[in-house]
Amino acid sequence: MTEREVTITNRAGIHARPAALIVQTAGKFASRVHLKKGTDAINAKSIMGILTLGASYGTPIVITAEGADEAEAVEALARLFEKRFEEE
Amino acid sequence: MDEKRRFTVLDLLDLELREHNALDLRCLGGRKGLVREITVPDINRPGLTLSGFYEAFGAERIQIFGQGECAYLEKLAAEGRSDTLERFFQFPIPCCVFANSLQPDRIFMRLAEAADCPVLQTELSSSEFSSRLLRVLSDVFAPQTTIHGVLVEVFGIGILLTGDSGVGKSETALELIERGHRLVADDVVEIRCVNGNVLMGQGANKVIGHHMEIRGLGIINVTHLFGVGAIRDKKQIQLVCDLELWDPEKVYDRIGTDENLTEILDVKVPKLDIPVKPGRNIPVIVETAAMNERLKKMGYHSAREFNQNILRWLESESARAVYFGQDD
Repeated sequence: MTEREVTITNRAGIHARPAALIVQTAGKFASRVHLKKGTDAINAKSIMGILTLGASYGTPIVITAEGADEAEAVEALARLFEKRFEEE
Repeated sequence: MDEKRRFTVLDLLDLELREHNALDLRCLGGRKGLVREITVPDINRPGLTLSGFYEAFGAERIQIFGQGECAYLEKLAAEGRSDTLERFFQFPIPCCVFANSLQPDRIFMRLAEAADCPVLQTELSSSEFSSRLLRVLSDVFAPQTTIHGVLVEVFGIGILLTGDSGVGKSETALELIERGHRLVADDVVEIRCVNGNVLMGQGANKVIGHHMEIRGLGIINVTHLFGVGAIRDKKQIQLVCDLELWDPEKVYDRIGTDENLTEILDVKVPKLDIPVKPGRNIPVIVETAAMNERLKKMGYHSAREFNQNILRWLESESARAVYFGQDD
């Protein structure tokens, strides 16, 4: 299992567009990918799940992945967070 | 399909128009010229021309004779002058129309017969006839095209289902009809652009209209099977649903905040790409799309409203986090 902690750096937080980007990116990998905020863990391939996480600016999120391509999946998602979902 | 069908004077007489559209045309003479083609959707009042001014004469237009023109013709006849009329008929005029049931004199008829120019008469006043004729002609000359697809009316919204052969357009339409919606045209949809911004779709052929081909069943008559309530002659196209086999590589819209548009005859129409795979009930999705489209027209955009709520919530979350100095 691969894990990495990231922080949400775009002002608006994870709203519909970033959520769609996360789902799209996670969907490319075969691994099971989860996002954890505190004790809540949700499937990164479910758009409604990500939105109900309520991840606002500055929230720390832990990306976990389990499967054949787990390292690549975590890397790709972490890059998305670092790029602020191509916003701002 | 840019090629226009020839629209002749005879076609104008044959048009099936009712009530406030009726042109009430009768042919008085020059029947040989009924095959003349009407090439422009315009009309002309030939007053100036009759008085001898032939510059910028719109000869290719339908010539309308009202009270004024007729009074002038009578004056010419009384003076025994027919030279301007002779010159008038040398132009390739599609036809002359006499409004208010006015009767052209014998000289006019003789010259018209000689020139094979059809002379028509209507009971309508010249201004009323002009406006009706212009409306009819703009319909006839409206840009048109044909598209391979099925046009259905779902909850009052005209939906054009497109997609490759065998993807299930007709089957989707059949299920929609079964659910109480209406079929406008199957397979070949003739689309006209009316007023430059409205797309009217109808079956290409009235005789074979409202039949469908369902694989395994063959040809079925929708009117006889489901009743007249299940069909419609024409309908404005307000939404395009493109059905395609599910492509795992392709990214499908999962939020719907962005408006995807397609162009038909230079008119923009909202378009949805709907992936088809076993287990997805396409008719229900199309029905929902129709209702969602109606909501949008009423000013409620589900996806955008939802995102607004999320943004507002996230904002209050982060404000609270700053205030309490913690996450939750």
